Amino acid sequence: MARKIRVLVGKPGLDGHDRGAKVVAAALRDAGMEVIYTGLHQTCESIVEAAIQEDVDVIGLSILSGAHMTLFPKVLNLLKKRHASDIVVIGGGIIPQADMKKLEKKGVKKLFGPGTPTSEIITWIQEATVKKRSRPKRGTVKPTKKLRQKAAVKRRSGKKSARQKKKPKHKKK
Amino acid sequence: MRNRRCAVDKRLRQLIRGDKRVIAQTITTVENATDPKVLEQIFPHTGKAYHIGITGPPGAGKSTLVNVLCQHLLTDGKKIGIIAVDPTSPFSGGALLGDRVRMTDLSLHKDVYIRSMGSRGSLGGLAQKTKDVALVLDAAGMDYVFIETIGVGQVELDIAQVCDTTVVVLVPESGDSIQAMKAGLLEIADILVVNKGDREGSDRFMLELKFAFELREQVTGWDFPILKTIATKPEGIPELGAAIAAHRSYLEGCGMLEKARKIKLKRRIHELIENRISSHLREHMIGEHELDTMLDKMYRRKLNPFRVAARIADRIIRPQ
Ligand SMILES: Nc1nc2c(ncn2[C@@H]2O[C@H](COP(=O)(O)OP(=O)(O)O)[C@@H](O)[C@H]2O)c(=O)[nH]1
Ligand SMILES: [Mg+2]
Repeated sequence: MARKIRVLVGKPGLDGHDRGAKVVAAALRDAGMEVIYTGLHQTCESIVEAAIQEDVDVIGLSILSGAHMTLFPKVLNLLKKRHASDIVVIGGGIIPQADMKKLEKKGVKKLFGPGTPTSEIITWIQEATVKKRSRPKRGTVKPTKKLRQKAAVKRRSGKKSARQKKKPKHKKK
Repeated sequence: MRNRRCAVDKRLRQLIRGDKRVIAQTITTVENATDPKVLEQIFPHTGKAYHIGITGPPGAGKSTLVNVLCQHLLTDGKKIGIIAVDPTSPFSGGALLGDRVRMTDLSLHKDVYIRSMGSRGSLGGLAQKTKDVALVLDAAGMDYVFIETIGVGQVELDIAQVCDTTVVVLVPESGDSIQAMKAGLLEIADILVVNKGDREGSDRFMLELKFAFELREQVTGWDFPILKTIATKPEGIPELGAAIAAHRSYLEGCGMLEKARKIKLKRRIHELIENRISSHLREHMIGEHELDTMLDKMYRRKLNPFRVAARIADRIIRPQ
């Protein structure tokens, strides 16, 4: 059986109800995902901490309070600090088109407007998870023969990639 | 090869140091059985954590109780790992894992790690998966590992067998004591908690339980406590903490802890051997195709399944 998709559904900030979040959470469960629900009034810190401890693929935030322009970037920053930017952040709520654009530029992978059919969210998450998992994880890559050869070719041609810059450090150990 | 070795050692060190991201990723690996070597690597670093099972019917207040009990234990500078199991939907295979909602006081504590699991884990065999996850937390230096499960059915009873001390949580709502007895919950309890002590009927319920248990004390030598708590207040929590500590020193004092853990190890080996053999049989020894061709005959009662099974089994046990 395939590894289950794990999603954290959270509600940061102060807005009062979590009906929407619960509907989405239940829909994701019915699509076979493991949904970690963290409840109302969560701080960004506790959402990020939970996402890391639960090793989720996706964080879905529901924000209705209008504070999206502060809360989303805060979550993204905290993830970056914990070297966990591979966790995909998406969101839903009432967010003006212009703000959506800005947030997506900052690294929110997808924002769903009110009334989005849950099937659309499910499909999006499934595809995003496949993509995310096919990327090698930080710190767990083993340099295969192919990669080493590639690096050697690049070295000769004088170009430096991010992977290469890290490599000497590895060798010293 | 050396590079890979290096990376593995580094991750193991990070795990033992209690790096939460590494704990989380290791648990995912173990839960999905993607790297069988991981458990072998961490095993030498386990055996130090004390395992406490919290089980009982849904809504009894298990998560709320874990939340307050852990805060009580944390004051001693202990490190705590929590495995919270919620039911998986048998239809979709998905799960809504909501135990964290009740544990928000712990979510940012540096000495606490919480992991939610679906009861029908990725590859079946929840009890075994839970044991594996508990091993990871043990290796990560946790002093206590809490395992919260819903107390219904055989699977949960199996999980209880992972634990050194099992706390069964009941509530005064009618029918609970009978239900619990039916489910075999009371047999696995080392400590019985009546939570929601603020509810009507809790004292009468306590009395009922005490009657039901008068015999048991004499059998085991452990003075089986029945405690009343109000997890939401909280009330009765230091007493619960003390009861767990008392059970622990009882087990340690009479050598039972070591004995019980050895029995668990033995059972584990049996399980592992059986798993290995049965999956080998399914994959290599029993031809699905051969079975399918016989199904029709069995359906028409020309062959019987007992004979067929015996013949195939004999072929495996006594080749040629
Ligand atoms: N009145 C009362 N309610 C409680 C008590 N403990 C827990 N609850 C409530 O019972 C509900 C279920 O609690 P939860 O910890 O999620 O139960 P679990 O399913 O056993 O983990 C929640 O709404 C809690 O607030 C208690 O001692 N008294
Ligand atoms: Mg619970």
